[in-house]
Amino acid sequence: MLSERLRSIFRKENIPVSYEPKPAASQSTAAVRAVAAASTKGRSQRSTPLTRQSRGLEQFFFNVRDIVGLSILDCAGANQDNLDFLINLGHKVYSQDLVRNLDDCFQDLAEQTNPGRIEYFLKQNLDYPPQSIDGALLWDSLQFMSPALLNAVVERLYDVMRPESYLLAFFTATEKMTDVASHSFRIADNKTIVLTERGIRPAGQVFNNRSLEKLFSKFESVKFFLTRESLREVIVRR
Amino acid sequence: MSMWNKREDPPAPRPASVPPAPAPAPAPEIKKEPTPVSSTPFRAPDAEARNSATIGKSVKIVGQIFAKEDLYVDGDVEGTIETIDNKITIGPNGRVQASIRARDDSILGQDQGNVETSDKVDIRKEAKLVGDITTARISIEDGALFKGSIDIRKPEPKGATSPAATPITAKTVEAPAHAAAATTGAATTGR
Repeated sequence: MLSERLRSIFRKENIPVSYEPKPAASQSTAAVRAVAAASTKGRSQRSTPLTRQSRGLEQFFFNVRDIVGLSILDCAGANQDNLDFLINLGHKVYSQDLVRNLDDCFQDLAEQTNPGRIEYFLKQNLDYPPQSIDGALLWDSLQFMSPALLNAVVERLYDVMRPESYLLAFFTATEKMTDVASHSFRIADNKTIVLTERGIRPAGQVFNNRSLEKLFSKFESVKFFLTRESLREVIVRR
Repeated sequence: MSMWNKREDPPAPRPASVPPAPAPAPAPEIKKEPTPVSSTPFRAPDAEARNSATIGKSVKIVGQIFAKEDLYVDGDVEGTIETIDNKITIGPNGRVQASIRARDDSILGQDQGNVETSDKVDIRKEAKLVGDITTARISIEDGALFKGSIDIRKPEPKGATSPAATPITAKTVEAPAHAAAATTGAATTGR
């Protein structure tokens, strides 16, 4: 191939008509970015459910096995699959859609620093008696909260969760401020979830293991599982 | 010749002029009684409302509602709604801020309040429900908005009776002849 190219340089008449010069480096980078943006946009529009194993979910239900009558907080928004699964385990379900309620309470991330709005959000979504929740499935809702709101929510969760209860949350593993896909989560069984993308949202902050340990510093323990989709599954013990 | 002439028929007698019919006597006035208005409310054509009492979308009720038939609510209700052995349907235009007690509850509109049913709660995709649910069964369509708790309470099967408790009786066991003191045996209860 290289020899043919060299020969063609010296024999102009043999340069194929279809030959096109390579784009300049800056142009190719822009092209790559455009392709990446297009693929990202396409991904946001795609809503094909993805089924995968979840170590975090498996750990969560392992910790509440053989116990019935618990009060489980499900923040994925009410869906029949999650209700059936939790009800069939004999639990009482508290249902919220925290991501949707974020849009109802706050216009943008900047408004999530307003103390009055934060208090209103807590009143609307996490107004439970102290130590009344026996397990919380927060899914990916926490990663879309600004630091001020997130700290307030975690503080409230600490108050409403029963000691030795567990909390499951998902955080993006990309360590830079970027838009992140938001998903709906359906429980297929005690270790399998079905994710359906429902849009792209800005992440509230950059997360890493250290920042998450600091976030849940009041809790007893924090365990991490990293998934192939660059998602950090965090199981926290109150 | 006259015998061959065509006999001239005598001119047909002119019909006697019929005197004009006398003007009909004016019909007696018929007093129209007012059309009886049905006392039953207007029934919406929807299938679910066909056989139930209906609160139309222009109706607002503040207070307590007790019904002994199925109820279709397409208006505004504040207070309480109770129809223990029947079904309540909140229509797409319904806006309810009330606690509900019924056999079944089907929600297509907005409901803010606790719901207690003995059988089923059905939340449709356009519904918005904020409140706690106590029921035996629940179904929720994708797209429905629900915020609250769900407590499932299965009804006890008919005919099941709790086993009668065996009365507790103290049992005195005579000590064997060689034993000096009599002993009392422990009572046993069966389940």
